[in-house]
Amino acid sequence: MISTYSTLATAVSTQAEHGGQVAVEATGIYSWTWLLIAFPLLGAAVLLLGGRRTDRIGHLVGTVASSLSFVMGVVLFVAMLGEGDAERAFTLDLWEWFNAGGYQVEVSLLLDQLSMAFVLLITGVGSLIHVYSIGYMEHDERRRRFFGYLNLFVAAMLLLVLAADYLILFIGWEGVGLASYLLIGFWQHKPSAAVAAKKAFVVNRVGDMGMVLAVASMLAVFGSSSYSLVFANAENASTGWLTAIGLFLLLAACGKSAQFPLQSWLLDAMEGPTPVSALIHAATMVTAGVYLVVRSAAIYDLAPDARTAVVIVGAITLLMGAIIGCAKDDIKKALAGSTMSQIGYMMLAAGLGPAGYAFAIFHLLTHGFFKANMFLGAGSVMHGMNDEVDMRKFGGLRVAMPVTFATFAMGYLAIIGIPPFAGYFSKDRIIEAAFAENWVYGICALLGAGITAFYMTRVMLMTFFGARRWKQSEPPHESPSVMTVPLVVLAVLSVVGGAGLLYLTGDIVQWLAPVTGEAHHDLPMPLALLVTLTLLTVLAGVAVAWGMYGRKAIREDVPAGNPLTVAARRDLYGDAFNEAVLMRPGQYLTRSLVYVENRGVDGAVVGTATAVGGLSSRLRRWQTGFVRSYALTMFAGVGFVVVAMLLVRLP
Amino acid sequence: MTFPWLTTLIALPALGAVLTALVPSGRGVLAKQVALTGALATLAVGAVISLQYLFDLDVGVEAERYEWIPQFGASWALDVNGISLALIGLTVVATPIVALAMWREAEPDKRDPKTFFALLLAVEALTLTAFASRDLLLFYLVFEAMLIPLYFMIGMYGGPQRRYAAVKFLLYNLAGGLIMLAAVIGVYVLSVDAGSGTFFVPDLVALDIAEDTQRWLFLGFMIAFAIKAPLWPFHTWLPDAAAEATPANAAFLSGVVDKVGTFGMIALALPLFPDAARDFAPVIVTLAVVSIVYGALLAIGQTDMKRLIGYTSISHFGFIVLGIFALTGESASGATLYMVNHGLSTIALFVVVGFMIARRGSRLVGDYGGVQKPAPKLAGVFLFAALSGLALPPLSTFLSEFLVISGTFLQYREAAIVATLGIVLAALYMLWLYQRTMTGPVQAGNEDTPDLRRREVAVVTPLIALILVIGFFPKPLVDVIDEAVEPTLTEVDVDQPGPLAPVADETAEHSNEGTEQ
Repeated sequence: MISTYSTLATAVSTQAEHGGQVAVEATGIYSWTWLLIAFPLLGAAVLLLGGRRTDRIGHLVGTVASSLSFVMGVVLFVAMLGEGDAERAFTLDLWEWFNAGGYQVEVSLLLDQLSMAFVLLITGVGSLIHVYSIGYMEHDERRRRFFGYLNLFVAAMLLLVLAADYLILFIGWEGVGLASYLLIGFWQHKPSAAVAAKKAFVVNRVGDMGMVLAVASMLAVFGSSSYSLVFANAENASTGWLTAIGLFLLLAACGKSAQFPLQSWLLDAMEGPTPVSALIHAATMVTAGVYLVVRSAAIYDLAPDARTAVVIVGAITLLMGAIIGCAKDDIKKALAGSTMSQIGYMMLAAGLGPAGYAFAIFHLLTHGFFKANMFLGAGSVMHGMNDEVDMRKFGGLRVAMPVTFATFAMGYLAIIGIPPFAGYFSKDRIIEAAFAENWVYGICALLGAGITAFYMTRVMLMTFFGARRWKQSEPPHESPSVMTVPLVVLAVLSVVGGAGLLYLTGDIVQWLAPVTGEAHHDLPMPLALLVTLTLLTVLAGVAVAWGMYGRKAIREDVPAGNPLTVAARRDLYGDAFNEAVLMRPGQYLTRSLVYVENRGVDGAVVGTATAVGGLSSRLRRWQTGFVRSYALTMFAGVGFVVVAMLLVRLP
Repeated sequence: MTFPWLTTLIALPALGAVLTALVPSGRGVLAKQVALTGALATLAVGAVISLQYLFDLDVGVEAERYEWIPQFGASWALDVNGISLALIGLTVVATPIVALAMWREAEPDKRDPKTFFALLLAVEALTLTAFASRDLLLFYLVFEAMLIPLYFMIGMYGGPQRRYAAVKFLLYNLAGGLIMLAAVIGVYVLSVDAGSGTFFVPDLVALDIAEDTQRWLFLGFMIAFAIKAPLWPFHTWLPDAAAEATPANAAFLSGVVDKVGTFGMIALALPLFPDAARDFAPVIVTLAVVSIVYGALLAIGQTDMKRLIGYTSISHFGFIVLGIFALTGESASGATLYMVNHGLSTIALFVVVGFMIARRGSRLVGDYGGVQKPAPKLAGVFLFAALSGLALPPLSTFLSEFLVISGTFLQYREAAIVATLGIVLAALYMLWLYQRTMTGPVQAGNEDTPDLRRREVAVVTPLIALILVIGFFPKPLVDVIDEAVEPTLTEVDVDQPGPLAPVADETAEHSNEGTEQ
């Protein structure tokens, strides 16, 4: 506890020093920021409303729309590099949304260092995935619609990160939720896909309760939900309220980012086409929760208890996801567990406050590269294997699919954190920051790194090494270049993305400091020792996996496994818990209410109605006269009563 | 004298109803065309009137007052403010849409459609009168009178249990109306005591009524409005009426006509009995929250699509009532906006379900499955209506629901927190319905479901457009509503909670005081 409070003191002082960047009204090129959103939104409108006429060119329209947005993003980024360090925030008011009871919300955008990073990630990785999907969805008769949804997603996600008001952010927040719903359930004829889509949406809505209450609290405390007013006045609010807002926001973040206890939807979401898993459920949308926490730095800086909750959620999820990832034989689900776990890292870092915000974002970006890379790689494998996802039926694919293998390997080395691959730079810093804060956090993060190495090595070995376990007569084929080119680009980013980002931004911490503030802590041990320790843990994870899956032949049936493996296969009983605690009682409650409603509440009235049952048939006979006589009776009645009352009252 | 816009607004549909009824039997199409023309003409007049309020164009709309029964001080008094304007707008927009939606609904019974369409216009005229009237007696008479055409619309054209549903509808609402009658007379007598007997609402608002008396009168009004709205536990007529009435009729009933109840709450019950409203607010807030959760849970448990939508309406009416009685600017403006948006979204839902029923001949969820495959446009429109039903931003329903919740949070934190459960449950009942009917393998009997026809596209397009436009650009509408809500709340005189952490330039001491929870 003591250390938490000392951090707070540092946080507050550094915030004052670095976080005080004042956003100016956008002029020049920045006043065109809205185009970022407009391109993909227009693309979505054309594709979804254009009907069959756009079938033939749909994928091109979608890809161009997304790419234009990326070009715009690069232009803005270059322009921003030319500005002073703390003069990189621009606001753009588009129109006044509403003003009710004194609560005013502008549709306005905020382009600053933080949103810029996201814009590049979303449009860059997004465009690559559009290109990849041209090949992946080639034989799907609803490909145009698929690209329409993808464009809709990109537009909503950009709105989410560019909004300058929590309520506008919420529009993007729900928009990506909708896109996610539509894309998870893209193959609607499969009941499992439809169920998974609904589950994702409903679980996210639980998180949305947090979002709605967070904004409602802001209204109560600040009378506004715009970033500028909320952040500027945060220090006038009581710690109790700030903690409440922080916890509400955390609930929202848990839903969107599949963090404990709202993690259960993400594994099912793998029902969606693989490019969707790569873009939405790995690289971008699921990281929105991390964005939310980092964006709300001004609130969390002053609410240490809320930050502790963020760290705990992150630590639990990072271990949980890693453990689940170890036990899955479905390659996409193994990667999904990994995504949960990596986002857990980001959450943990974000919960550390100014010492960790920048690292959270850094890891978010590199993760976007290497996880999208690996998901698309998995998609490429599935493409060559008739949509098989069971790794027990893979094996030895490195020969048949050399490009996929090579690119996947880059992602693999990046995620387990081998220097100088991208993940090394970002994950190591989180582990350092965690140790600097607290031994327990540090050990969780370190342990996670070891488990990550284990399950990723397992995926690698089961898929690309060992004996061929596939049965199909045709050998698996490498994917067409429209799919492998994006893989190669992402593989390059997985290799140089970490060092590259540090170079481009002149150290990402400095880049983000005007938004998030920064703070440094002393490590409890020499840095070299910690780096060595981390690498040893990673190597240990690799070695154990090699011992279990590299040296021995992989069984095609599923071994019984120990209790932990069994639990991990069942997602650590997340679904079982939900079913026992929420669904079953909910169903019971609903059924009994329906029963009572039909027999109890309504019963009394039905009795009366039956008593006058004869009435209706009689009414039918004098239908024509009835209207008039009813009106007359009513009117006469009114007159009579009024007269009576007047007479009584008159002296 | 200026042109009597408001009287014209009411006279047009009334005239349309008469003309429709006069069309000779057997000329069904002509009758429908006459009715549709009447509805469109009313829409045009309504559009002119709203120009003046929404966009500040002076077209000469003024309050109207003509003597009616001078002995009682009753007059034909009409006026419009932001609240009534919003609802008049909803009514005039909804009527032609509903007319077009029910184009073929009279046919399975081989009944003459002209009566159905004439009754629709009659209900429109009465509903418009209720929204525009500034005379309590006039309001009361149309409040009761509209039961009659509705009774016949349900009872003559509905499903197999239509008589039962119609009688139940009538009994419930009549009972409420009679209680209200007593209260209306009570108010009148008070005005007599105070000097001159009148039913003119502004004069009645100015009366100084003792708090005890206010409570009784308030209850008299509220019971009638709570049955109409409907609020738990007075709601049980609605699911039956929604299920048995034809889809378009159900749409008009719960989308438009029932708003007279919530309109009565905010436009009559609050300003007439401010002290009582304040006293009873916590009780009503509780009932509203129960409605929200109860309606949603019951909706989840339904197997009949129209009953299901009926229960979602109960949940949504809970939000509206919650917003009104939380008595904050945000919540009351949100509630009024909610009345409009719930109208649009419920009409869309009922109408689309009506399209499905017209194809398959069943109201049961279980008879559908995989419809998106043969009829993707139908499924798309259904999903849009469902998303609007679950208040997805930026669809128009979102802003109203959010304003109600956040505005309520300022006064009743617990109630607001429980009400947010509604947003989870809404996702559940809407998307589960979509999942069961539209997704999965195509269920037997649905293979040849035809996709949307031209008339059906014409029905849903304006609804979708309005839901989007109000969602993206709600400001003109919210502004006029807010302008009208503010004086109402001033009347009730509840402290409007300001921000707890005021802007930095206030003294630190003050802000510390304010931030104590």
